[in-house]
Amino acid sequence: MSAGQAVTAIVQRIEIHKLRHGDNLILGFSIGGGIDQDPGQNPFSGDKTDKGIYVTRISQRGPAEEAGLRMGDKIMQVNGWDMTMVTHDQARKRLTKKNEDVVRLLVTRKSLEEAVKHSKGSYPRQ
Amino acid sequence: MDNESQYSGYSYKSSHSRSSRKHRDRRDRHRSKSRDSSSRGDKSVTIQTPGEPLLDAESTRGEERDDNWGETTTVVTGTSEHSISNEDLTRITKDLEESTPLECKRFVGPALGGCLSFFALVTPLAFLILPQVLWRDALEPCGTPCEGLYVSLAFKLLVLLISSWALFLRPPRATLPRFFVFRCLLMVLVFLFIASYWLFYGVRVLEPRERDYRGIVEYAASLVDALLFIQYLALVLLEVRHLQPAFCLKVVRSTDGASKFYNVGHLSIQRAAVWVLDRYYSDFSIFNPALLNLPKSILSKKMTGFKVYSLDESTTNNSSGQSRAMIAAAARRRDNSHNEFYYEEAEMDRRLRKRKARLVVAVEEAFTHIKRLHEDEVASSPKHPREVMDPREAAQAIFAPMARAMQKYLRTTRQQAFHSMESILTHLQFCITHNMTPKAFLERYLSPGPTIQYQQQAGRGRQWTLVSEEPVTSALRQGLVFSLRRLDFSLVVTVTPLPFLRLGEEFIDPKSHKFVMRLQSETSV
Repeated sequence: MSAGQAVTAIVQRIEIHKLRHGDNLILGFSIGGGIDQDPGQNPFSGDKTDKGIYVTRISQRGPAEEAGLRMGDKIMQVNGWDMTMVTHDQARKRLTKKNEDVVRLLVTRKSLEEAVKHSKGSYPRQ
Repeated sequence: MDNESQYSGYSYKSSHSRSSRKHRDRRDRHRSKSRDSSSRGDKSVTIQTPGEPLLDAESTRGEERDDNWGETTTVVTGTSEHSISNEDLTRITKDLEESTPLECKRFVGPALGGCLSFFALVTPLAFLILPQVLWRDALEPCGTPCEGLYVSLAFKLLVLLISSWALFLRPPRATLPRFFVFRCLLMVLVFLFIASYWLFYGVRVLEPRERDYRGIVEYAASLVDALLFIQYLALVLLEVRHLQPAFCLKVVRSTDGASKFYNVGHLSIQRAAVWVLDRYYSDFSIFNPALLNLPKSILSKKMTGFKVYSLDESTTNNSSGQSRAMIAAAARRRDNSHNEFYYEEAEMDRRLRKRKARLVVAVEEAFTHIKRLHEDEVASSPKHPREVMDPREAAQAIFAPMARAMQKYLRTTRQQAFHSMESILTHLQFCITHNMTPKAFLERYLSPGPTIQYQQQAGRGRQWTLVSEEPVTSALRQGLVFSLRRLDFSLVVTVTPLPFLRLGEEFIDPKSHKFVMRLQSETSV
């Protein structure tokens, strides 16, 4: 994957309110991927050279599930920070900032493309 | 072995043989007799000659006690030899420390051992020669077998001689407070061997004038074999046994806490002490008494405290209130002294670094003033004649610009006592001769070196006192603590055994080193 290519995707905005669990603020999902990881192992990506951050697990009735996040989503942005070209650890850090109670994600999934194709309208604007 | 703490040099089991001591006693008796005749009735002035002070004190004391100075026979009883009072001992040792240039006591043990071994080496030859000399005609002729035995005897004696020279003919490194058990054991063993062989020889060969010469030669050869085996025993006991490490000694200097860890083998306490002292001289930095205390400026601030003036004529109540106020004030002030210490240290560090920088620069510049003259550069232009100097003059020439910086630096690090101007010049001369860089010249002054670097005279020897709760000939074991004391500091040594190691084995097939890219790691957020 060459770093210079522009990425076009249909994204959904998801807002997750962090839940306080003891001393930590948790979001209730697990991520995988990153530019330092092996993209061939990713079960959710269509393109096996895609090194983006994917949601690999959602905990039942956690904040993420209630906000509408689904397993297999690719996270494009977190609170305005880009997540398509980050390492795994950087992604984790951007999601787990202690002074933020809310994370606003832009995620994309295959079903979104299908949904847009089905509807005969224009692309939803950001 | 008795546990007397007194000087045990004269206990009857000591390594000094009775014969040599008796000889010395006789000599001293003669000396005291002559002094008797010279001083008639008044108290004699005793001049302590170095090397044999103990017996001199003995003989003069006996003289003072004796009223009849004209009595010519001085009886040396058993008690007067063995009992010396403690004060005499300390006085004598102090005098020894200050006045003796060389201790003869150092060489008594080796001299004795030398005599014994010489005697042992000569004995087989004596066994062979005596029959030939005394009753040659009556001897049975002994042809080839005897000659074979002669050859083997000669070679064995040669090996014995060479190995004795290699192992035992070395100047002793230390005098131990108690006698060295293994060495005494070996000397006793050798003595017994030789004595019993001579006894047998005297009774069975010399008396009946034995005629079988071959038997005599074989007897002599068996003695040489026995001596070789004793030498093997000596090698193992004295040199080899303590090589395998068994204990870890922690040596701490009492004044400034400099510490080191050493691994030693099975040794007695006194031998371990000698071992530690050998390492002390080359591992520990020189003891600098000037560096011990906190700078006076910090300590004195605690002393001054508050001065309380009483305005009215006070009763005792007021004075106690005064002292309480002072104590409270002092308690409060104590909180600040560590602060002062910290700032004072930081200030010292800065000053030290500045002076060091000045010194380094001065030395570097000084070294650029001279260069080595090579053989082919002798011909110089007549316009600029160069004065050719030897190393001493060159050193003196470049010493002047760096002298001040050097002196200031030494004073800051309190090393000025260890380096005199002369020694610095000598060192400079040495460095110039060996093409050393300024940095190499300075390494001697920038860090305090080991003690042995500052030893000038090697002949006198250093006096150390071994202080121990256990008898010093007992072996090292866990938890033993002993200390080695000198006049102004001491080394405290703690013994711990080295741990037993259980070594296991794990075989790794070289083909088993395989790698993959990292799996998708999953992090929950």
